[in-house]
Amino acid sequence: MSRQSNRTTDSKKMNSELFTLTYGALVTQLCKDYENDEEVNKQLDKMGYNIGVRLIEDFLARSSIGRCQDFRETADIIAKVAFKTYLGITPSVTNWSPGGDEFSLILENNPLADFVELPDNHSTLIYSNLLCGVLRGALEMVQMAVDVKFAQDSLRGDNVTEIRMKFIKRIEENLPAGEE
Amino acid sequence: MTVHNLYIFDRNGSCLFYNEWNRKKQAGISKDEEFKLMYGMLFSIRSFVSKMSPQDMKDGFLSFQTSKYRLHYYETASGLKFVMNTDLSVSNARDTLQHIYSNLYVDLVVKNPLVPSGQPLDSDLFGTRLDSFIRSLPYYSPRAA
Repeated sequence: MSRQSNRTTDSKKMNSELFTLTYGALVTQLCKDYENDEEVNKQLDKMGYNIGVRLIEDFLARSSIGRCQDFRETADIIAKVAFKTYLGITPSVTNWSPGGDEFSLILENNPLADFVELPDNHSTLIYSNLLCGVLRGALEMVQMAVDVKFAQDSLRGDNVTEIRMKFIKRIEENLPAGEE
Repeated sequence: MTVHNLYIFDRNGSCLFYNEWNRKKQAGISKDEEFKLMYGMLFSIRSFVSKMSPQDMKDGFLSFQTSKYRLHYYETASGLKFVMNTDLSVSNARDTLQHIYSNLYVDLVVKNPLVPSGQPLDSDLFGTRLDSFIRSLPYYSPRAA
């Protein structure tokens, strides 16, 4: 479609370092504001959620992708289209559960954590937890309740960074109350 | 050739935006009731269409027409619903509705953090841009109506 191609060519590519450093400043500030890492993780997730519920509209408008038929298609689009569009990386999709309701995104490199080394006193900080919130919020807007968490994090000494996604349920659309 | 009016509903059925251009006949009920009636009908048509279709559908309900007007319907995967009434000479307004979503709604509403979600839009910028977009449409021409 011509409209679409226009959009992608004129959408300016931003230097990702600015984004990475801004995110770093955000995490730093949260660590100052809150006593413990748990609380910081929670705040990051919450902020991510608020971003996700808005970001999904931008994503749908830009990609003109319709509803997904199943969770596998969802996984594919998240990894190949969404991550590519917004972070410039393509995580691999692996570790499907037998029921097809759980999978992992493996990130070779994590653009949010390019310049980061976790100090010892922040061993429970999930540095990129914003991403979990974004994924959860965005999927909720397309009627999917999903549980998202970091299963492995290279910042905390794991070999790779792994985001685990678990499909919980389909959110049904209902007629608003008080209507026949 | 003309555009009558436009509704935008969110996923919960509240009407986020309404404007009319060439609407000669009013419903005779309050706007709130009209929005509810409209949404209820759309909701029913959607479920009717999906149950009656003999094949799997991609886009579902697209439009209907009566002897005097045509209602065009566009729904995003996130459940936003764009509804535009035109006269019968406008055969397909899908691109128009898509444009309103991706270039006006997303850019001026979703990307404006000060606009709360789920409430009627109170953005002059969106209103004026939409108005000038609708007026610039090739089939917007009140005099010929």
